[in-house]
Amino acid sequence: MKTGARILVEGLQREGVETIFGYPGGVVLPIYDELYDSSLRHILVRHEQAAAHAADGFARASGRVGVCLATSGPGACNLVTGIATAYMDSVPIVAITGQVPTSLLGNDAFQESDITGITLPITKHNYLVKRTEDLGHVLREAFYIAGTGRKGPVLIDLPKDVSTKPIEYEFPEAEPVTLRGYQPTIRGHAKQIDKAIELIFESERPLIYAGGGVISSDASAELLALVETLGIPVTTTLMGLGAVPCDHPLNLGMLGMHGTRSANYAVTESDLLIAIGARFDDRVTGKLDTFASQAKIIHIDIDPAEIGKNKKVDIPIVGDTKSVLQDMLVKIQKKKAYDMWLSRIRGWKEKHPLSYRRDGVLRPQFIVEQLSELLKGEGIIVSEVGQNQMWTAQYFCFRKPRTWITSGGLGTMGYGFPAAMGAHFARPDQVVFDIAGDGSFQMNIQELSTVATNNIPVKVAILNNRFLGMVRQWQELFHDRRYSFTELPPVDFVKVANAYGVDGIKVESVDDVVPALKAAIETDGPFVLDFRVEREENVFPMVPAGAAINEMIGGNYE
Amino acid sequence: MKAHTLSVLVENKAGVLSRVSGLFSRRGFNIESLAVGTCEEPGTSRITIVCIGDDAQIEQVMKQLNKLIDVIKVSDITENERVERELALIKVSADPGSGRAEVMQLATIFRAQIIDVGTRTVTLSVAGDTEKIDALEKLLRQYGVKELIRTGKIAMLRGAKTVKSAK
Ligand SMILES: Cc1ncc(C[n+]2csc(CCOP(=O)(O)OP(=O)(O)O)c2C)c(N)n1
Ligand SMILES: [Mg+2]
Repeated sequence: MKTGARILVEGLQREGVETIFGYPGGVVLPIYDELYDSSLRHILVRHEQAAAHAADGFARASGRVGVCLATSGPGACNLVTGIATAYMDSVPIVAITGQVPTSLLGNDAFQESDITGITLPITKHNYLVKRTEDLGHVLREAFYIAGTGRKGPVLIDLPKDVSTKPIEYEFPEAEPVTLRGYQPTIRGHAKQIDKAIELIFESERPLIYAGGGVISSDASAELLALVETLGIPVTTTLMGLGAVPCDHPLNLGMLGMHGTRSANYAVTESDLLIAIGARFDDRVTGKLDTFASQAKIIHIDIDPAEIGKNKKVDIPIVGDTKSVLQDMLVKIQKKKAYDMWLSRIRGWKEKHPLSYRRDGVLRPQFIVEQLSELLKGEGIIVSEVGQNQMWTAQYFCFRKPRTWITSGGLGTMGYGFPAAMGAHFARPDQVVFDIAGDGSFQMNIQELSTVATNNIPVKVAILNNRFLGMVRQWQELFHDRRYSFTELPPVDFVKVANAYGVDGIKVESVDDVVPALKAAIETDGPFVLDFRVEREENVFPMVPAGAAINEMIGGNYE
Repeated sequence: MKAHTLSVLVENKAGVLSRVSGLFSRRGFNIESLAVGTCEEPGTSRITIVCIGDDAQIEQVMKQLNKLIDVIKVSDITENERVERELALIKVSADPGSGRAEVMQLATIFRAQIIDVGTRTVTLSVAGDTEKIDALEKLLRQYGVKELIRTGKIAMLRGAKTVKSAK
C-alpha cells in the first residue's frame, strides 16, 4: 500500500527530480513526512515565492523541469508571482500545492484558496487531484506538458486526504503520454521551409531576430550554423542573449528598448526579418507599425498563436526551432554575399558601440564589464529587474546559452536571488552571480538565510544606487525629475548579510571593483557585494515608450 | 467585425468551461453566446460559441483555444453550410381580453409552443435560428415581455461532415 504522498515522492523521482524547493504547512504534512527520510533533496526557502523562482532558475539553467512545493492558502498564493514569471518566459516548472481535504473543498475552510482558479491564466495547465488513484498519472502528464511544446508551468493541487489515503499502486511502465487535446507540432512544414529559403536568397538585407525560444529548445548550435552558413547578421532579444556569442562578428547584440543602435537600425532597414523563437513583444518592437516596416517576415515558432499575433507574417513556420533550423540547414547549399548590407552594419557597429562615461566615478556598467572580463564567458549570470538587468544585458558578454537568466516577460523584482539558488543546483560546477538592484534584492532578501544554511555559493553583486533606478530614470526623462517614491534609504547590505551569516564587502571606488569581484569568486560559499554606484546613471540608448525603435535617445559617450 | 460561430470539442473535465470562458474575458474577446452540453463521444462536450471580431481576432481566439490542453478541436463554421437552433422561453403579459389572442396568434405563426398559461401571462417556447427568435421577441415586446431566456445558439455542419478530433 502507498499513500498519495508516497506516490508523489516516488513519482517525482521517476521523473528524474533530485532537488525540490519548498515550504511546509498543515495540509502538506503528509508530504513532508515522506520527504523526511527520502533521498529527494528538499531545500527549505524562507518565502514560497523564492521556491517558485528557484525552481524556475533551475529549469532555465538546466533545461529540465523545476519543482516547487507549498502548503494551501497563503503558501500557494505566495507561489503566484513565481508561477506567473515562469509562464511569461515559457519556463517548465511543476508547482505542487497542498489543499484542504476534498470534503471541505469550497467551504472557505481554514487556509483554503482556489489555487487552480487563481492560476488558471498563468499556468499552461493545472490539476486539482481528487482521487489518489489519479495522482501517478497526473504527475506524468504534468511533467510532459510542462517540458514539451511551448514549455510552461503546471500546477498540481493535492487535497490532504488524497495524499494520506493508502492505495494499491504500481507505477505503470513509462509509456509515452498521449493527450488528444495536446499534440505540439515539432517538425516544420517542408514547403514553408523551402519558401523561407527562397525568400532569404531573394533578399538583400536579411536579419535574424532570435528570442528565448532558441534557448529553450537548445537550438543555439543550429542558429549559429545558420548565421554562419548564410552569412546573415543576427540580433537577439533579452531572452535570446547567449544563443550566439556576444563577440561574434555577425552578432549585433540586443534589440529593442535598450538594444544597441546597430540592432535597431538594422531592423528598421532590413528587407527580410527572420524571427526565430521570438514573439514581437512591445519592449522589442516599440511602435508596431514602424517595426521592420520595409521587411518581409519569416516567423519560426513552436506556438502557432504567436505567429501573426502582433505583426503580419509572410512565411509562418510552426515547429520546434531546433528541428526547423536543422531541416533548413540540410536544404541550404549555396551562399550569397550580402556585402553592402554587412558593411552598412559594420559602419553602425563602429559608430555606435555601447558606451558610458569612464571618468573614474564608480559606474554600474564598469562593474558588469569587469565581471564579464573576469569570468571570460564562464559562470551563470542572473539578474534582478530594472537598470541592473539592462546593464547586465548590455555589458556582460554572453557566449553560451543558459548562462543568462532573467525575468523578461513579467519583469519580476526579487526574481534574481532565488533563481540564482536554483541555477546553482542545476549547474553546481559553475559560479553563479545575481546582479542585483538594491530595491529588487530587498524583495527576497530573506533568502540570505537559505544560502547561509545550505552553503549555496551564490554571489550577489548589488548595484546599489539607493533608487528604484529604472523608475527614477523614467521620472527623470518623462516626469520632470519628480522622484515620487523612488528614493530608497541607505541600507548596509554587508551588515544584513553578516547577520544571516553571509560574508560581504562594500565597494565604493573603481579601483576596488576587481579585487572585490575576485574575492567573491574565490569564496567557497555565498557572498554579497555592495557596490555604491553613481546614483543617477541612466540606461542608454533608450527607445522612449511608443516611439519607433530607430528613434533612440542617449548613449553616445566618446 | 462580424459574428463567427465556433464549434469547440472539449474534454468533459471539471473547470473546462471556466478555462474557455476565462480565456475570452482575459484576452478581451467578446462572446455573444455560449452553449455547452455533452455530446456523442463519451467524456467530451461540445461548446458552440458565437463571438464577434475581425478575422485576425478570430484567428487568435481559435489559436488560443487550441492551446488549452482540454480543448480537442476548434472549428470556425461560419462560412460552412450548417444548421443552427436556439431555444427561447418568453413570458408575455397577456391579460384576458387585452392582446392574449394576438399573442396566441403570433405563437402559431412562429410555430412557438404555449407551455404555460397564467391569469395574467402566457409563456411561449420557440426554437429556431437567431433571426427568427429576434423577430418574435420584437413583436412580443409591445404586449410586455416579463421575462426572456435564450439558450444561446447551437450549430452543426450540414451533411456528413462533423467537427471531430482528427486523432
Ligand atoms: C515586483 C515588482 N514591483 C515593481 C516593479 C516596477 N519596477 C521596475 S524596475 C523597478 C526599480 C528596481 O529598482 P532596483 O532593484 O533598485 O534596480 P535599479 O533599477 O535601481 O537597478 C521597479 C520598481 C517590478 N518590476 N516588479
Ligand atoms: Mg536601485
